[in-house]
Amino acid sequence: MEHFFSILGIWLGVLFTFAIFSFLYKDNPFYKVAEQIFVGLSAGYWFVYTIFFILIPNLFDPLSQDIGANWIKLFPAALGIMMLMRLIPKTEWVSRFPIALIIGTTSGIFFLRYLKSDVINQLTATMINPFAGSDLVTIIGQLMLVVGTITGVIYFYFSKKHEGAFGVTAKIGIYFLMISFGAAFGYTAMARISLLIGRLQFLLGDWLGIISP
Amino acid sequence: MAEKTTRKQIDRRWIFLFMFIGVALPLIFTIGFPIETSENSEIVYDLIDNTPSGSKVILSFDYDPASMPELHPMAKAVMRHCFRKKIKVIITALWPMGVQMAEDTFSQLTADFPDVSYGRDYVNMGFKAGGIVTLQAMGKNFREVFPKDMNGTPIDELPIMNGINNFDNIDFILAFSAGDPGIKQWVQIAHDTYGRTVSGGVTGVSAPAIIPYVNEQKQLTGLLAGLKAAAEYERLTKEPGSATKGMDAQSVAHMIIILFIVIGNINYWRNKAKEKRGA
Repeated sequence: MEHFFSILGIWLGVLFTFAIFSFLYKDNPFYKVAEQIFVGLSAGYWFVYTIFFILIPNLFDPLSQDIGANWIKLFPAALGIMMLMRLIPKTEWVSRFPIALIIGTTSGIFFLRYLKSDVINQLTATMINPFAGSDLVTIIGQLMLVVGTITGVIYFYFSKKHEGAFGVTAKIGIYFLMISFGAAFGYTAMARISLLIGRLQFLLGDWLGIISP
Repeated sequence: MAEKTTRKQIDRRWIFLFMFIGVALPLIFTIGFPIETSENSEIVYDLIDNTPSGSKVILSFDYDPASMPELHPMAKAVMRHCFRKKIKVIITALWPMGVQMAEDTFSQLTADFPDVSYGRDYVNMGFKAGGIVTLQAMGKNFREVFPKDMNGTPIDELPIMNGINNFDNIDFILAFSAGDPGIKQWVQIAHDTYGRTVSGGVTGVSAPAIIPYVNEQKQLTGLLAGLKAAAEYERLTKEPGSATKGMDAQSVAHMIIILFIVIGNINYWRNKAKEKRGA
């Protein structure tokens, strides 16, 4: 029986893979059916997951087992119910309180973390002696890092007209930005091709058995 | 999708067809393009290779099936390396499906490592919602966040978890990440707040945003970025797997992309020159 479901799973996977790929030729009912099933399955999956893996273990179980020790959990439960009041137009205003709390706490937590990780530590990592390297390649790399960071930041300084020496520096910054966009495009292309490779490894390996999976 | 093309343009479906064939053929007929290892992959390899046997590390599976082609091969290669070095592996997941991803990876390795015992050498603590807040709590008290493993076994009954109270008792953290929450949050909390060594692997799409953390401050100790890095890691461990097999197809696909960019540009300049002559 297990073998039967394994085979069925592979065939369903093949069917949906071809249904999705068919969109590359043109829009068609097979693609639409596959898309709708995917959306429906995802919504159903997350709904069930939220109930069984978040609400039950973190809220319902602790409250039903020992409400005295876990009474504090009633506050997030109440905030959750207040959030659901958005669904009724007359009580929609109640949801503003939990939303305000979420925005406030999230921005508080994230401000500190991002300030340290993305600003202070990143700046510190750029404040290096570019000539302190054991070989020429390292020194060139460090120089590029320092020059690229400074000129890139200068490009985003808009309170002074980009002309003269300042304009030239900003122009150099643009070149660094363009190179980084090119590298980002390369990584994106690689990622998308990897997904196609994954699907073809499934079709040629798991389904047709032409290659070893 | 099938919008009309002028005589000056190639129907994009030809490009799709070329790409499909270009990726499929190298998967069937192996070419064997050389794979050069990058410094970032070597740093990750050295981190694991230089960790003493018996050390305890966290492997965080923060991805789902959508990112399997890129992250699964590197997760498998890294976990295999850990088992070979007799490093004890604690699995966590910031994504719900990460639990299954870890179990699938582990199940593929059990035949090669029959002596690896669940609870003693490897444990899957399961998924915890909350992202960065969960990580912050783990740093203070790991046992409060994960009182049980994914099977419901209390943490005190798992030998591998003896002495694990917070990040101080972990040698390093390696996160396989497809987005948020993921490796960025591990850097922010485990490294930047608690000073632990953090490394990991990411999808190609997120690599440009994560690579800057590999810096003088060592916010990240090396990084495996995309399928290429997974293939590099397989090469470093001398155990070729699905990533190595996929790299021929990857290289051919990139050549096709470059070819079409060149053709497109030649076509553009030729048409422009024709228009000029016509005017």
